[in-house]
This record gives sequence, C-alpha cells and structure tokens, in this order.
Amino acid sequence: MHELTITQTMLDIVLEQAKKASAKKVGAINLVIGELSGFVEESVRFYFGFLAKDTIAEGAALNFKPVSPRARCRGCGNLFELKEFDWSCPGCGGGDVEITAGKELSIESIDVE
Amino acid sequence: MEIKVLKNILSANEQLAEKNRALLDKNNVFTINIMASPGAGKTSLILETIKRLKGKTRVGVIEGDVSSSVDAEAVGKEGVPVIQINTGGSCHLDANMVGNALSNLPLADIDLLFVENVGNLICPAGFALGEQRKVIVCSIPEGDDKPLKYPIMFHEADIAVLNKTDLLPYVKFSPDAFSQALKGINERLKIIPVSCTTGQGLDDWVSWLEKQMTAR
Repeated sequence: MHELTITQTMLDIVLEQAKKASAKKVGAINLVIGELSGFVEESVRFYFGFLAKDTIAEGAALNFKPVSPRARCRGCGNLFELKEFDWSCPGCGGGDVEITAGKELSIESIDVE
Repeated sequence: MEIKVLKNILSANEQLAEKNRALLDKNNVFTINIMASPGAGKTSLILETIKRLKGKTRVGVIEGDVSSSVDAEAVGKEGVPVIQINTGGSCHLDANMVGNALSNLPLADIDLLFVENVGNLICPAGFALGEQRKVIVCSIPEGDDKPLKYPIMFHEADIAVLNKTDLLPYVKFSPDAFSQALKGINERLKIIPVSCTTGQGLDDWVSWLEKQMTAR
C-alpha cells in the first residue's frame, strides 16, 4: 500500500545520501522489506522507474532482501516463524505473541560512483 | 563504493507519533485510535460513549475522513470539543495530521480523546498516531472471517467492539467462527459485543474504558 509515497521517500533519502558523498551516480539501492510490511516489491519497482527519471538514481538496480515474519511468545518466550492464519505459539499453543520481524521497510545501503 | 544508510523509511511518522504521545501524556489525555471499515459504527460508538460519560469524564474527539464534516457535526451537537481532519484522499490518518489537530484542541480540558480514523481495515494499522490504545470496531453484517482477512489490524488492536448484535437474527454470522478466527491471530484480544442501536453491551465497553484510564 502507498508505494508511490514510500518510493518517493526512499528516493529522497537515497539522493540525500548520494549528495552527502558527492556521488555522480547511484548504481544500486539495497532495501530490506518485511513480508508483513504491506509493501509490494513490483509496485515499488514500477514507481521507482517513473520517479527516478532525470536523477542520478535513474536506472539504479533495486535489490530487495525479504524478511520473514517472526514472533516471540509472551507466554513462554519461544521465538518462531509466523504461519498464515495461525499466529499461535508452536511451543505452548498460546495466542499472545509479539511480532519481532517482518514489518521492516528500510534502506540498508546504496552503491555509488 | 558502498554507503551504509540503515534508514527506516517509515521513521518520520514514528517520530511524530512519539512527539504526539509525549504531548498527550504531559496533558494527561488518554487517547484511543478507533479503526474499522466504513459503516461499522465508529462514530455511533463515540456518540453513545459521550452520552454515558457526561459529567464524569471530559471527552474530546478528532474525526478523520477523506471528505465532509458529517461526523464532526454529529459529535459537536453533544457539546464536546471536536476537530475534523479531511485527508483529501489519504486513506488513513497519520501522526502529522493528528499533531496539527492536537494543537487546535484544549488538551488541558480533555481527559479522554477519541481519534476516529478513516474507514479502512488495512492502512491505519501501519501508522501510529501517538495513541495509548487501539480499538477495532467490527460489525455483525461484515461477517465472521475478518480476522483471517485483515490479520495485522486484528493483531495490533487492544480490544474489539463487535457492533450491531441486534442484526444477529438476520445475517449470517457465527460467533464461534469469529472467536476461532481471532484465536489464531490475537488470542488475548477481548471482544465486547454491543449494539449502538439498542444499547446492549455499551455499559461493558464504558467499564473497560474506565478501567483502562485508571490503570495507567
């Protein structure tokens, strides 16, 4: 959801970082995108192609590192991977869990010249 | 050359939400983010709550809609301070919009603030506003499978108000199926069945509210 705004924000951060480093070209953007974040890789690619035109990030490769949803059981402390439709703890069966991974949307690094 | 960035793209909203929360805490305002599909009963619940808390708790409201001030006008008739945010297209409230609204409310004269989010079961779950509690209002006619279809919203909520119980004899809804669906997503989520039309269950909802306010 909201990939247009998010992609614009991402591009703004990238261009700011590239400018700080006096870079002439951004070759690649390395992103982390959690599977529960609600953001769809295809849509980000689509908008990026449009928004990055005429900037030094035009044509940059977008590399997405996916993060699987993980949780911690508040009952027994067990750490586990979340399954679709069933977020209960596989250890104790408890249904009070805290999501610890999977909602990320961040820029890890950029490759510049 | 690789440049480490390590920036959370969503951090702007999170930082503003923390700023809002600090302001609300400073003024001792207990704030609730009310989220639901359009028509589930967010405004009705707020109106019925205001009536039941008159003279006991000073209520304020922030209304969020894409367009119109229909809800703010209804709330205004109850004599409580209310601000209408028109997002002009955005499908959820964000911390920036709420921050602006807060600066136009008499926070020193409010004990309990309801923020009625834009009708939407998806996007509001991803945007913190600075609230202390998240309430989801679901309704009988929406069906009993909503927790399966919108897991993040149901996982984030602190309580679910299940509205329109007066329609149970007329539409297909299995309370057991609903509880089962919720069990896999957020077992500790308390469900309060209510009817804003008949008044059923609303005393339980107000009790929960009052407990939350005294417990902090």
